[in-house]
Amino acid sequence: MLGFIIQRFIQAVGVMAVMSVIVFFGVYAIGNPIDIVIPPDATQEIRLEAIRRLGLDRPLYEQYFTFLANLLQGDLGRSFVYNMPVLELIGGRLPATLELVLISVISATVLGVSLGIYAGYRPDSWVSKTIMAVSVLGFSVPSFWVGLILILFFAVHLGWLPAGGRGDTVMIWGVAWSFPTLNGLSHIALPAVNLALFKLAMMIRLARAGTREIMLTDTIKFARAAGLSEATILRRHLLKLISIPIITVFGLELGSTLAFAVVTETIFSWPGVGKLIIDSIAVLDRPVMVAYLILVAFLFVTINFVIDLVFALIDPRVRDGASA
Amino acid sequence: MTVPALSVQGLTTHFFTRAGVVKAVDGVSFDLAQGEIMGLVGESGSGKTVTGFSLLGLVDPPGRIVEGSIKLNGTELTTLSGSALRARRGREISMIFQDPIATLNPLLTIGQQMQLAIAAHERLGKRAALARCTELLTQVGIPSAEARLRAYPHEFSGGMRQRVAIAIALLHRPAVLVADEPTTALDVSIQAQILLQMRELAAETGTAMIWISHDLAVVSSLATKLAVMYAGKIVEQGPTAALLRDPRHPYTAGLIASLPAMTTPGTPLTQIRGTTPSLLSLPPGCPFAPRCDKQTEACVQKPAMTLDGPRGWRCFHPVGQTAGAPT
Repeated sequence: MLGFIIQRFIQAVGVMAVMSVIVFFGVYAIGNPIDIVIPPDATQEIRLEAIRRLGLDRPLYEQYFTFLANLLQGDLGRSFVYNMPVLELIGGRLPATLELVLISVISATVLGVSLGIYAGYRPDSWVSKTIMAVSVLGFSVPSFWVGLILILFFAVHLGWLPAGGRGDTVMIWGVAWSFPTLNGLSHIALPAVNLALFKLAMMIRLARAGTREIMLTDTIKFARAAGLSEATILRRHLLKLISIPIITVFGLELGSTLAFAVVTETIFSWPGVGKLIIDSIAVLDRPVMVAYLILVAFLFVTINFVIDLVFALIDPRVRDGASA
Repeated sequence: MTVPALSVQGLTTHFFTRAGVVKAVDGVSFDLAQGEIMGLVGESGSGKTVTGFSLLGLVDPPGRIVEGSIKLNGTELTTLSGSALRARRGREISMIFQDPIATLNPLLTIGQQMQLAIAAHERLGKRAALARCTELLTQVGIPSAEARLRAYPHEFSGGMRQRVAIAIALLHRPAVLVADEPTTALDVSIQAQILLQMRELAAETGTAMIWISHDLAVVSSLATKLAVMYAGKIVEQGPTAALLRDPRHPYTAGLIASLPAMTTPGTPLTQIRGTTPSLLSLPPGCPFAPRCDKQTEACVQKPAMTLDGPRGWRCFHPVGQTAGAPT
């Protein structure tokens, strides 16, 4: 097991190193931020001064190694636009995204897996057919359109829920959170539903396919022949047997939603990191873009690592294979 | 006379498919005394496995028992509710399957799976449950059973996995065990060991067994009586020795003649010509008639079971008997 962890760690370092090169040079290729940072009517002197101050006069590889050296010391640079440390900037936005995404991904998974198991267990009932029809909708309707419709209906037409913003927040560990207050929760509701819809549909499909397949196996027949109740079979046998693909997709969805909930955060003016990155791209705030993408790579490496650990926890064959 | 452990009368299981009604089991009847081992022999698709599932009430849709009676220790099973039937499965009648790799859940330890099977029927303390599991595993021939309870299925060989499955099936000392080709997937040497052990277990515990197999040689070394199935019907039944020595149905005779041990080495094996008919379009009379050398006009009628003491056969022209057409 220890060997497995070390091996994964080395892999992770490699991935991160490659990622830093691609991101740094890729972002450099997008355009020169100096034209956006400096007002067009600035004198040539101010312009050169700004270029030197931001370190943009150095050769690219030198800029990269400076960045790398700072990164290893935990310094991701300062934003050109906000003139504050990038880490602080992202850290201040992260809780908003974190609470929105966790609430939506977790509830989509719990609800989706339950509905999917039902639909797979009783494939011929009209309830299951309804569930599957709804899941097709969840796949095919674009999320920005759903977001607009949600606002039109629940915020504008019915006036039940706010159309955007975070609402009342509470300070925990020095950062602001919306979920502990009722008003905050009412602000989370619509964007969370918007984000959850696609994931819900996917979880339903995954759980249904797994259930249909597993229920026909001899493992289930044998459990039935031993007199186990259907509830026990579903809880103790089926849930574990269908969990591997569900956990994989859960991890990937969690990662990509945390990183790129851009559309939903923009529609609901949710001050999270997705909105930060899209704004940073618009003004070519290079340190924010680079730091953000590096952090996203780190996020995915971490999530994949945790998923592998969870697999080993669930499946003894993986555990034995990994230690051998 | 005592009540038989299992008494099956006119069991009929049909599958209502889009292509038509498949008569997988078509009027099967037999009795099974306590501790008796019956071999149920037939080719693939003859309905022997569906017969086994029908006994436990585990026929998957679109299949359904349409007729007949199954009495387990005197209780009629076909009219029981789902939960009452479940309460009997595993406790009074249980089943093991062909592929031991597929039957056990790879993600649960042997101990967890055995405890689930115990908990399905009784509340036992952890220690008592553990003791019961250890006892059963030892009984089916698994060494250092207590330590093995913490092992997962993939840490066992195929033969050992099948022993674990047998132990799970016998946890509650059921009156009847349905064994659906449990040794087919195993090595011949392991197969012989398990067969021997099963015979001892049946004698020890009084569990009656239905041993389903396509292999007449395997079954005849174990079973005290045989039932030969063809196209959903039992075409011949009787004590093993008598049936093997002196078969009455031409199909049984064909099966026996095609056993390798019955021919001298070097000569080609005898075979029954033709293939099993589709259960969707059976011939109107005797289903074996198209493949039978003794076929006559009489065979367009369905032959009834002719009974002779413990023996019975469905044929108008039984082998070794001069009696011809039905009277």
